[in-house]
Amino acid sequence: MEQKNTTISFSPDSLELVNKIIKRYPEGKERSALLPILHIAQAEFGGWLSPEVMDYVADLLHLLPIEVYEVATFYSMFNLEPVGECVIEVCQTGPCMLNGAGEIIKHLEKKFNIKVGETTPDGKFTLRAVECLAACGTAPVMKVGTEYHENLTTEKVDELVNHWCKCGKMSHLNPYQE
Amino acid sequence: MGKKILTEHISDPNLHKLEVYQQHGGYASLEKALKKMTPDEIVEEVKKSGLRGRGGAGFPTGMKWGFIDKKSDNPHYLVCNADEGEPGTFKDRYLMQCNPHALIEGMILASYALNANKAYIYIRGELYYVLRILEKAIAEAYAKGFLGENILGSGFSLDLYVHPGAGAYICGEETALIESLEGKRGNPRLKPPFPAVSGLYNCPTVVNNVETLATIPWIVNHGSEEYAKIGIGRSTGTKLISASGHINHPGIYEIELGVTVDEFLNSDQYCGGVREGHSLKAVIAGGSSVPVLPADLILKTKAGEDRLMTYESLSDGGFESGTMLGSGGFIVMDETTCIVRNTMNFARFYRHESCGQCSPCREGTSWMEKILARFEYGGAQAEDIELLVDISKNIEGNTICPLGDAAAWPVASAIRHFRDEFEEHIRRNGCYFE
Ligand SMILES: Cc1cc2nc3c(=O)[nH]c(=O)nc-3n(C[C@H](O)[C@H](O)[C@H](O)COP(=O)(O)O)c2cc1C
Ligand code: SF4
Ligand code: FES
Repeated sequence: MEQKNTTISFSPDSLELVNKIIKRYPEGKERSALLPILHIAQAEFGGWLSPEVMDYVADLLHLLPIEVYEVATFYSMFNLEPVGECVIEVCQTGPCMLNGAGEIIKHLEKKFNIKVGETTPDGKFTLRAVECLAACGTAPVMKVGTEYHENLTTEKVDELVNHWCKCGKMSHLNPYQE
Repeated sequence: MGKKILTEHISDPNLHKLEVYQQHGGYASLEKALKKMTPDEIVEEVKKSGLRGRGGAGFPTGMKWGFIDKKSDNPHYLVCNADEGEPGTFKDRYLMQCNPHALIEGMILASYALNANKAYIYIRGELYYVLRILEKAIAEAYAKGFLGENILGSGFSLDLYVHPGAGAYICGEETALIESLEGKRGNPRLKPPFPAVSGLYNCPTVVNNVETLATIPWIVNHGSEEYAKIGIGRSTGTKLISASGHINHPGIYEIELGVTVDEFLNSDQYCGGVREGHSLKAVIAGGSSVPVLPADLILKTKAGEDRLMTYESLSDGGFESGTMLGSGGFIVMDETTCIVRNTMNFARFYRHESCGQCSPCREGTSWMEKILARFEYGGAQAEDIELLVDISKNIEGNTICPLGDAAAWPVASAIRHFRDEFEEHIRRNGCYFE
């Protein structure tokens, strides 16, 4: 076996949660817990999955590292590179576009002086354009961490960003905890 | 007012609490089913109700349940498809958020009917907060003895869990969903075998949509005959329609199948008409994967009859002049909409969501997006229209899963009904809207 990185490990609370989740699947099918555990890992270790974090998860589930990498790279919610403290994901799909998602994205690009996909130089905000969030009736819509913000206007976006600047909001939150 | 099955009590802000759900008659079907009905009787009731899957394909639910391989010694599984990724569709999120116990009760009944002792709700990963609502509701149901060992002393046991996806539309396709639930990439499987024979962990599995399962308690309570009285012909019951786009009242409406498209679009009870000062240009009636129709063909069939909100009426005329009810994602576009841009937007979506297993889908979706961009931003040639038609024909029917078709149909139908707009984009060397 290659050497283990000892600096990475879940907090006791997370580890308890992870063990509880593994038991939801039949014996021998622990691999099923991979997506939920990657969500928890991403939230706990800074909002992205470093190779070390993925190796740690592989170890926990008795998987080969490649089995975790191939899954992590498939799903768009997993970040394989560092992201800002607050990741803003604006929906860019048809129904949202019909109702002004384009203006919201442009507004945020201008406000942060970055392009979609980039992070502000101070590391606070990452701006993303994502696909339909199942909230098309309240378009335009964005997701930040575990929250949805709907019926957006540029004023509403400004208010939210101000709020996050003040409270140092992190978007990397454990999906299982409020 | 039409009959309400799923949303009758949805204005009660506390409906998500078990106690309140019970005050409105919730969990009564459980007593009835577990004490007085055999599993086969429930399957029979669902068959007779005519209920069809609400996830998009409209496959008869009772018939699907009947396919479960009874001879297999393996455990059976029920999986709820709560991936809700089809653009224009947002009904399952609403249902789970406001009325989670209807889904849970429906899943207990379905599991009993299918002889499954483990069931999972596969919910799209973005919906963290709904995942927590469901987990709370499930915990309440365990505390009441509606889940767990020996439910209501019937000898039947069931464990129910929520499982998050992680942002992949393809995981809404049932075999990709199963792969994903097994902790793998969401690559669809070749069928057959169908999940009813070999699904989750290669065991007999039924995958049903949230809305489908949440309807089961009503059918068990009121009987299949009462259910089949609602609707028209083979489109029985009610359907949640997600209405979005350029309308006065976007939102989720429970309709009796059979209201006219005109009434749904224009009456104040539903969409409230196209937004002030604008006129109807086109509608995508069943989520982004179904063909787009221009104003005249969505309101009336080619034969001049009123188009109804039913599986049959919406598909009347085939792909020449019809569309599909699909998942009920009703996207309305007024005259300010550029059809080319909208088609390009959806083409990007399908290119992004293709799992990449089949060349026609992987390459075709990416070519279609690139060519559509030439129309929109300049550089398209006259032969590009035929090229798009050709690519869409080469994808259609030549892939492992229906995502390929879903990517091809919007492009083919946009050209079929709005060819002049594509030609105008060529003449003007780019978009002329706005
Ligand atoms: C690309 C693709 C995406 C799909 N997405 C969903 C979805 O998000 N939710 C859903 O219920 N069904 C979806 N389906 C349909 C499922 O494969 C399946 O037919 C459905 O879950 C069966 O449930 P039902 O019979 O209750 O409708 C999708 C199908 C395809 C091909
Ligand atoms: S059609 Fe597309 S999404 Fe479906 S299996 Fe093939 S490549 Fe994957
Ligand atoms: S298109 Fe934006 S939420 Fe559906």
